Amino acid sequence: MLTGLVAYWDNLRDGIYRLFIFPEYWHGIRLPALVPYVALAGIFAFTLGILPMLIWIERVVIGLMQDRTGPNRLGPRGLLQPPADVLKLFFKEDIQPGSIDVRLYYLAPFISMLVALSAGAVIPLQTVTFRNVHGGLYTVPVTPGNVNIGLLFMLAASSLGVYGIILAGWSSNNKYSLLGGLRASAQIISYELAMGLSLLCVVLLAGSVQLDHIVNAQNTLPFGIHWLPSFLKGSIFSWYWLQSLIVPVVIYTVAMIAETNRAPFDLPEAESELVAGFHTEYTSMKFATFFAGEYVNMLMICGLNASVFWGGWLPPFNCFPFTFIPGFVWYILKVMMGIFFYTWLRATLPRLRYDALMNLGWKRMLPLALVWLFLLAGYSLVRTATAPHITPTAVVTVAHVAPGR
Amino acid sequence: MPALILFWILAIVCIGAALTMVTAANPVRSALSLVVCFLALAVYYVTLSAQFIGAVQVVVYAGAVMVLFLFVIMLLNLGAPVTSSTKGSNQNTAAVALGAILLLVLFISGIFFEIPGKAVSPATAQAQGTVKAVGLTLYNPHLPWLFPFEATSLLLLVAVVGAIVMTRRQV
Repeated sequence: MLTGLVAYWDNLRDGIYRLFIFPEYWHGIRLPALVPYVALAGIFAFTLGILPMLIWIERVVIGLMQDRTGPNRLGPRGLLQPPADVLKLFFKEDIQPGSIDVRLYYLAPFISMLVALSAGAVIPLQTVTFRNVHGGLYTVPVTPGNVNIGLLFMLAASSLGVYGIILAGWSSNNKYSLLGGLRASAQIISYELAMGLSLLCVVLLAGSVQLDHIVNAQNTLPFGIHWLPSFLKGSIFSWYWLQSLIVPVVIYTVAMIAETNRAPFDLPEAESELVAGFHTEYTSMKFATFFAGEYVNMLMICGLNASVFWGGWLPPFNCFPFTFIPGFVWYILKVMMGIFFYTWLRATLPRLRYDALMNLGWKRMLPLALVWLFLLAGYSLVRTATAPHITPTAVVTVAHVAPGR
Repeated sequence: MPALILFWILAIVCIGAALTMVTAANPVRSALSLVVCFLALAVYYVTLSAQFIGAVQVVVYAGAVMVLFLFVIMLLNLGAPVTSSTKGSNQNTAAVALGAILLLVLFISGIFFEIPGKAVSPATAQAQGTVKAVGLTLYNPHLPWLFPFEATSLLLLVAVVGAIVMTRRQV
């Protein structure tokens, strides 16, 4: 009975999926070539569109958690508060303090925003299927740049983001700003190591640093156990948060909060010690750009988290009600779960002391991540191979190709 | 042709940044010019299909090493333009002479090591620069690259241990 029902729904699903298979050529236009542009427009529109809403979400969630009302003046449930805030920031007086390094002072917010946005260039939203002229099907990941260094690109973008903060702290010519900038650089360098190591654990299992390969490598039965039912294929139990045995995702989650300077790791802008930290001297839209840059950075880091540890566009179970929902909805849902987690921590945890922060980064998380990397290296030797693309023949071909000119 | 335009734009940015790095009086500006130079180099690597090297260039040099440089400069508060620190020494002459020698060595190495003049096909070049190709070449037992790589990392480890020992002694 149950299997019959499942088969019925599977047939229905396949029928609906057939509607979403695009031809390769449409009126002479090669459609797969348009996918990156669609993805770029989608990521930009989503990121910049959700920004004001993120602030609203954060206020409402914190209000609920701390038993307060939250925004409730403008519009239903305070929904018009974000546009009002944006308007207010536009019309605030733009103050330029004296004795600053003018060029770097104006450059800093833009670096912050630009670098954060550029990380979106490699994020895969979902896959789309095309039928070529011979009737064969192939899938293309919906991402602006499907490069083979996707993960490294994200890491590079997140590590370059610190320049905006350092330069803001430096060029403001203010003790508090400088201290904020110094704290930010020290913190980001420290936590980047643990973050990179926890991502390396996943790279070991997936056998690739290309983000869509990493997501596709999660589309297996949990731990490669072949007798499990098919609705668990690519399910929540086969994503890398569990397959890498939980520790890397914990390390990454802590490191990602430290990387984006959010509570409880928001020492660079600790208001009780440093006024407002690195953006003390910034007003109106320059401050707003920093603010937006921070939120974009959060979105991108959560996006990496979602595709590396939480299965990207894969639905939590490979069966009827979940598979009807398109992949990018799942992806955005996972990103927003990350944002909710950020808000949750901000609402509940007090700020760390500076030495506690450094101890956690260097003496707890880094050794743990290193040990786990070695354990997983051993484990990935004995587990069933999920990377069939690295075969002895491939080694031989590259050995012939590589030493040539 | 677009590749050539990109090459010249990058060349101007890269050399301009390098010159600013050498001539700027403010150490922070110097460090930032070096970052720009590194980023331009990373784009060069990508245009040469060495995507992995490009990414590593950004992560390691622009992202980590230069942030540490800036950190130290700001911690020591070297903000005020330091003038005449090199006056009277023949540091500038030595720098120019060493730079000229390095350039000469590069030109000569181009002759001796037969740097390929004609371009390989894009597909071949593309396949050589990926993470997979670099990894397979590095760990190929028939090629001698793994030992120098590991030896270099050992050297870095020794440097780190040395730095810790030096700081511990003064306490």
